[in-house]
Amino acid sequence: MIKVEQLTKCYGPLKAVDSIDFQVSKGEIVGFLGPNGAGKSTTMKMLAGFLPPTSGRAEVAGRDVFRESLQAREHVGYLPENVPLYPDMRVNEYLRYRAAIKGVPGRRLKERVTDVIDLCGLQDVEKKIIGRLSKGYRQRVGLADAMVHEPDLLILDEPTIGLDPNQIRQVRDLIRNLKRHHTILLSTHILPEVEMLCSRVIIINKGRIEAMDSPQNLRARLGVGGEIFLDVRVTDPRTAAVGLRRIAGVDSVSMRADGSWTIFTIQAGAGADPREALYEYAVAEKWPLRELSRSPVSLEQVFAEVTHSEEI
Amino acid sequence: MRRFLTLLGRELGSAFHQPLAYVVLFFFLLITGFNFHAGVSLLNRAAGSTTIVEAFFNTVYFWFPFVLVFPLITMRVFAEEAKLGTLETLMTAPVRDGQVVFSKYFGALFFYLALWVPSLLYFAIFQWVTDMSAAGAVGSYLGAYSMLVLIGLFYTALGCLASALTDNQIVAAVIAFAAILSLFFLGLLSLFLPGAGPLVREVTYYFSPIQHMMDFSRGIFDTRPVVFYISSTLLVLFATFHVFKYRRWKS
Repeated sequence: MIKVEQLTKCYGPLKAVDSIDFQVSKGEIVGFLGPNGAGKSTTMKMLAGFLPPTSGRAEVAGRDVFRESLQAREHVGYLPENVPLYPDMRVNEYLRYRAAIKGVPGRRLKERVTDVIDLCGLQDVEKKIIGRLSKGYRQRVGLADAMVHEPDLLILDEPTIGLDPNQIRQVRDLIRNLKRHHTILLSTHILPEVEMLCSRVIIINKGRIEAMDSPQNLRARLGVGGEIFLDVRVTDPRTAAVGLRRIAGVDSVSMRADGSWTIFTIQAGAGADPREALYEYAVAEKWPLRELSRSPVSLEQVFAEVTHSEEI
Repeated sequence: MRRFLTLLGRELGSAFHQPLAYVVLFFFLLITGFNFHAGVSLLNRAAGSTTIVEAFFNTVYFWFPFVLVFPLITMRVFAEEAKLGTLETLMTAPVRDGQVVFSKYFGALFFYLALWVPSLLYFAIFQWVTDMSAAGAVGSYLGAYSMLVLIGLFYTALGCLASALTDNQIVAAVIAFAAILSLFFLGLLSLFLPGAGPLVREVTYYFSPIQHMMDFSRGIFDTRPVVFYISSTLLVLFATFHVFKYRRWKS
């Protein structure tokens, strides 16, 4: 659906996007992840046909976004970062206008507008003036506009920015529902969002792609065993710690008393998961066990790892 | 074509859906109404050879709102979209740059022409009340109103160009006002330089709206201003199109 080859965009001497390559196939939800100023928005603007690339090329639905811009744009629904809308128009009026300039035929106009109004939960504000809407509703009007012409590809630039947690959940649910009919490229710097929505993640930093994989693989690739918590009641914590340290896959052990209980924090070695051995050890020692758990490696760590190493 | 009409509809909607439109309309009507009144009382005092149409289109009360109104109409067209960021949604829809530029131009032009519609009533009422002809002949109406359209074509284009140059409506208005005013006064150059001779008068005639209106409102038709206004309009629109394209690519 998207094919990007050596795409570069310079603003004067500054390289905002530096020869990136990637592909997105039909039906995928791809998350574009990166710190502010990494080049996410610039890449998306180029894909949406708003900015011409300095060099390289990009294709959307088999059409070159620069040479066949008009045909490419027909296949794209784009939601810009700050959701620009005409404040003087009414919601349904705006959507009808947008559908018409995007080439929805007259006989289907009404049906399409009603559909997106239902889908985005805009029934209550349908006749309101856009300038008077709350941020959450404006965001939804933007989303409705992006998909009113049933594009194959949706490009959403930070679709949940500036919303309250409730609204974020609603927008996320909406995006999840769209997955069935659209290919989606969305950018965000909220990591849990990517883990929840995306089948693939592209991490971009300083205009270059740093990593590109599924969230699961990225997590595995970091290869950290992580921290394991073992909450047991032992008579002598010191000797217990020495015993724990001998178990294969355990790097280091620290402990903390919690009444008569002791919580051991165990650092596991790279790629190791000593939880089973720890359980068997506790059973053999006849320690009453309250908790044995591993803190999950989040994308947050992957992200910090990937973008940080570059900066230093 | 359908897309162009949709865009044009939006332009007209936004032109009339803002308070500024009615402020402009109100004061414009007020001043032209006063101008008409002044014309009638002038003819009452000194019966001369001029008609009320000639008197109406050749006074300072006519020219003052006339040059002032273009920046007010056109400052919005591109600058507002750039400021709101809606240029991004607009230009990622499958519309051509040319369609956008033309729809904005014709939207502004339509508003300008709408301003003059009530003035037709003045003459109709004059004829109805006084039972006298407001113009010497039909050609006088045709000439005056076609000159209104011709100058309007050119000055609206200038205003659109100014608006395409900036994100700031005030800056756009100032640029348009300066451009229109300097063109306007360039036409009066022969008045300021009495010793300038026939060459200056000959040259400045080409872009003196006052001279053009004086001739046309008498029903004298001259092809030179027609060619001048139409070709200048096309040139300025061409520049607007390229400025619009260039600024988008640079953003």
